[in-house]
Amino acid sequence: FPFPLTYIARLLRIHISERKREEEAESNQNSFAAMAPRKTPVVSRNPQLIRGVGKYSRSKMYHKRGLWAIKAKNGGVFPKHDPKPKAAATPVKPSKFYPADDIKMPLPNKRKAKPTKLRASITPGTVLILLAGRFKGKRVVFLKQLTSGLLLVTGPFKVNGVPLRRVNQAYVIGTSTKVDISGTNVDKFDDKYFAKAAEKKNKKGEGEFFEADKERRRASCHKTRRMTRRLSMQHCLNRLRQCQI
Amino acid sequence: MGFKRYVEIGRVALINYGKEYGKLVVIVDVVDQNRALVDSPDMVRSQINFKRLTLTDIKIEINRVPKKKTLIEAMEKADVKGKWENSSWGRKLIVKERRAALTDFDRFKLMLAKIKRGGLVRQELSKLKKETAA
Repeated sequence: FPFPLTYIARLLRIHISERKREEEAESNQNSFAAMAPRKTPVVSRNPQLIRGVGKYSRSKMYHKRGLWAIKAKNGGVFPKHDPKPKAAATPVKPSKFYPADDIKMPLPNKRKAKPTKLRASITPGTVLILLAGRFKGKRVVFLKQLTSGLLLVTGPFKVNGVPLRRVNQAYVIGTSTKVDISGTNVDKFDDKYFAKAAEKKNKKGEGEFFEADKERRRASCHKTRRMTRRLSMQHCLNRLRQCQI
Repeated sequence: MGFKRYVEIGRVALINYGKEYGKLVVIVDVVDQNRALVDSPDMVRSQINFKRLTLTDIKIEINRVPKKKTLIEAMEKADVKGKWENSSWGRKLIVKERRAALTDFDRFKLMLAKIKRGGLVRQELSKLKKETAA
């Protein structure tokens, strides 16, 4: 007869899971009355027909969740755990100042800025033509895109006098010419590198700061220049151009 | 006065308008006063208005509406491609295509080459000037 057998099967299942829980409770020595941590993620046993409408009724779900078995284990009553002792709340001091009018708070903005999407034609090593700014018209090698979205670019300096510089993608034409920059290491350079040196209020301090920053910049510039120097024909030809004109 | 290039079967022409712009084709038959049947190794035989054709000097020996294979053989025998590419007209077109396909870097190289050539020319000129002055 099915009824007694399934009932027994259920009891067995509960017995096994109970054993497992006991083992977990033993390992977890915080409090014996606490619920054992779940090993599988919580999945609803009540599939949704439509959002807000489950397949099974309350009584069916009562049976499915095994609440009757939990009650049976606990003597006909659903087990209650004593609440954990709360840490004594630090007394909140009443504030000394309340603003006279209700100020409207702006809605919270949780958007995170992403760097602008890089055009498909611009890849590390592409030669770009600068369209605006001090170096407009110059052809320049693209190194990488910084987190701010600006493009890190260099002349190289020895070739056409364009230093390591940031440039906006909108003011640039990408050519089809690519230079191999697999040797260069540009990890060191990011937006912070280009940030203005913070000015100290102390006059003496200001001078030092400024010099230190400059030295740092010069040193790193040298390194990239050396590396980009090991690049291609493009480079040599550009040099030729400078010799002739 | 007289026309030198005639519309005849086997006349090679250049398409100067439309989707097939710039292709060399052979006139394979005449449909009526305005249209010709035209064929080429890399296109489907089709009719085209004479206004869209510019006749060239090249003519090949074929019968009216030959099979594609025959046409290709005849074109190779007459060396249409070679004649075209060596003619001044053909060469000019090739140069035009090349110029249109230049990249920024190519234009740069071209500029350097022009400067160099100009320099050499000027050197020779100055030498000649000296000789005549002396």
